[in-house]
Amino acid sequence: MKKKLLSVFLCAAMTMSLFAGCGGSGSAATGTDAGSTDASGDAEAVTETAASGEGSVYWLNFKPELDETIQELGKKYTETTGVPVKIVTAASGTYSQTLQSEMDKSEAPTLFVVGNAAGVKDWADYAIDLTGTKIADELSTDAYNLYDETGKLVSIGYCYECYGIIVNPDLIEKAGHSMDEIKNFEGLKTVAEDIHKNADTLGFDAFSSSDMDDSSSWRFTGHLANLEYFYEEKESGAKWEECPASLTGKYMENYKNLYDLIINNSLTDPKDLANGGHDAEAEFKEGKAAFFVNGSWEYAAVSGDVPNATMIPYYCGVAGEEKAGLNCGTENCWAVNANASEADQQATIDFMVWLVSDPDASKAMVEQLGIMPYKNAAESSNGFLNDAAKYTADGCYVMDWATNYQPNVDDYRAALVAALNQYNADQSDANWDLVKAAFVDGWATQYGLANAD
Amino acid sequence: MNKTRSKTPKESIKKHFLLFMGPVLAAFIIGFVWPFIQGIYLSFCKFRLIKDAEFIGFSNYGKAFSDASFRYSFDYTAVFAVVSLVLINVLAFTVAYILTQNIKGSNLFRTVFFMPNLIGGIVLGYIWAMIFDGILSRYSTSILLETKYGFWGLIILMIWQQVGYMMIIYIAGLQAVPDDMIEAASIDGASRSQILFRITIPNVMPSITICSFLGLTNGFKLFDQNLALTGGQPFIIQSDGSAIKTTEMMALNIFNTFYGSNKSATGVAQAKAVLFFILVAGLGLLQLAYTRKREVQQ
Repeated sequence: MKKKLLSVFLCAAMTMSLFAGCGGSGSAATGTDAGSTDASGDAEAVTETAASGEGSVYWLNFKPELDETIQELGKKYTETTGVPVKIVTAASGTYSQTLQSEMDKSEAPTLFVVGNAAGVKDWADYAIDLTGTKIADELSTDAYNLYDETGKLVSIGYCYECYGIIVNPDLIEKAGHSMDEIKNFEGLKTVAEDIHKNADTLGFDAFSSSDMDDSSSWRFTGHLANLEYFYEEKESGAKWEECPASLTGKYMENYKNLYDLIINNSLTDPKDLANGGHDAEAEFKEGKAAFFVNGSWEYAAVSGDVPNATMIPYYCGVAGEEKAGLNCGTENCWAVNANASEADQQATIDFMVWLVSDPDASKAMVEQLGIMPYKNAAESSNGFLNDAAKYTADGCYVMDWATNYQPNVDDYRAALVAALNQYNADQSDANWDLVKAAFVDGWATQYGLANAD
Repeated sequence: MNKTRSKTPKESIKKHFLLFMGPVLAAFIIGFVWPFIQGIYLSFCKFRLIKDAEFIGFSNYGKAFSDASFRYSFDYTAVFAVVSLVLINVLAFTVAYILTQNIKGSNLFRTVFFMPNLIGGIVLGYIWAMIFDGILSRYSTSILLETKYGFWGLIILMIWQQVGYMMIIYIAGLQAVPDDMIEAASIDGASRSQILFRITIPNVMPSITICSFLGLTNGFKLFDQNLALTGGQPFIIQSDGSAIKTTEMMALNIFNTFYGSNKSATGVAQAKAVLFFILVAGLGLLQLAYTRKREVQQ
């Protein structure tokens, strides 16, 4: 009997361990931010020691490459004003999870990023209307702000960026070509294929690796995909104001053109891309590859090793693309937490104003981020953004970030990555049809899910 | 004098049990019981943030049941749990049996076999993904490209991680089998396999109960390794562009539902989690009841 009682007790104890699996989805979030808070240890210490009466700032940042700069700036701000600033950066690809769990805490972020249409849908209720605030007065343009359907200014662009194909012109010349040859897809293709063919004798290849793991796949499922969305948008004659319910897929062929060129003329065999492990940035910096698909935020990282690095548009075989410019837009938009105390909101807005108007602070921001659309912000020295401005000055059209409308963006991109993995392993028509299904039909499906009750 | 002395500790335990149990109990309630109750409540709600949940009744459960990916992940998880349960236990028992046969260096072997258990699931997942891809890339494929690779890859990973742990439990069980019983059997002319199946195994039935219970529930609850090894890939892209994640197990499905989709999906994920709990608890108890019947009372 005693033994029976003991075993009943033991089995009860074990059953209890099941609860862990169940409560998981509610509390799993705590696990995700463990990885993201590592850089913020110092900032947290600051919070504790400072006076709590005057409001404080907690910024949940989504750009890992910006973390170092803003941690420094946060410290500096605390030193000069005494206002505690805590900055936490979400690990790459986990921003929305981290935001969700952080927002539920009593010490929720006062400043967070709502960078696209889907974000506005989810978070508009938790953001204050920034219309008429001090930070809104600092803006030099309204072009990068996000409004909800009621016209509330939910989030406010703090910088804008561009992406395209980063090129090392020195290597192009070494290969016996010139940048003037690359004015459209045909030109790009000729140069890239020639370099790839002679990669062994040249000592470098055309494109750096296009890994499909989380740290890199967004370059293709987010950015490169933009060319398809953009040309659809352009054809429709009007800028998208909200997420379209479906795509036509008319420019999938062009997406394929450029995608095929990138994966087949690269340092890495397309079959080895699925699990990643290659460092595309390093490949470009070390002169192992002439082309690198990425954005203006890479300027600070690559310009040291490749001072002549320049950025060209996504040439993909669309008629008239000689007049194409870079993809310009932003996902860097600040929202202020509506549930934060008034003192915290005020402190946060003051901090934002400081970031965009203080000469040193805005200079540091601009160096990392690109151009800040504010009256008193420092001038940008970002070569890629200067390239973008040059294209515009030459009368080229700007490819705006239609990508920002991707519905249920994480699920949508995950399916696209899976399809592209199949395609990379075996570039058959059937596999391309899968990519098309994920790209075009997946849009409509995810749109339906995102807008379901 | 003696009598009062022996009673004192018991009485004082009765008096002070809260002092000793209190902290654990409090932690258990704060970290376990309360979130669990809250989780059940949230499964009837629509919410973005937990603090402003809105009660909507049973509709989350309807959506959870009609979700094809959830049903798929249930099937996949069930197959995985059964296969891993059998393989892990057979292997663990075998290793334990061998290591109780007075082999030289058996302590070293035990330590080595147990060590994988000390590594976290996420780390293991990424390491094994690299190992598998190192091999598979020779054949121009990847663990992310074929469901069967993902399945067997996860099985291999789990075996590697779990066998050592289960082995310890089996060793404890095997060492408790009375030597005189085995000696008597061998004097009566029982063969080695007869001794194994008629005497040893019935006597280690309590260990088998524990191990199979742990194996089954571990199989169902698996999350970290699944996330890190394949993350659900490869997907079957259906004609409407939606995707079935062919190696996504239930816990990962719940996680992906919670963070992946629209505003109302958080409640659905919560409903799935409650269903998941009922399922795992039910299965575990059933299995426990069944195996317990076969235990030999000494």
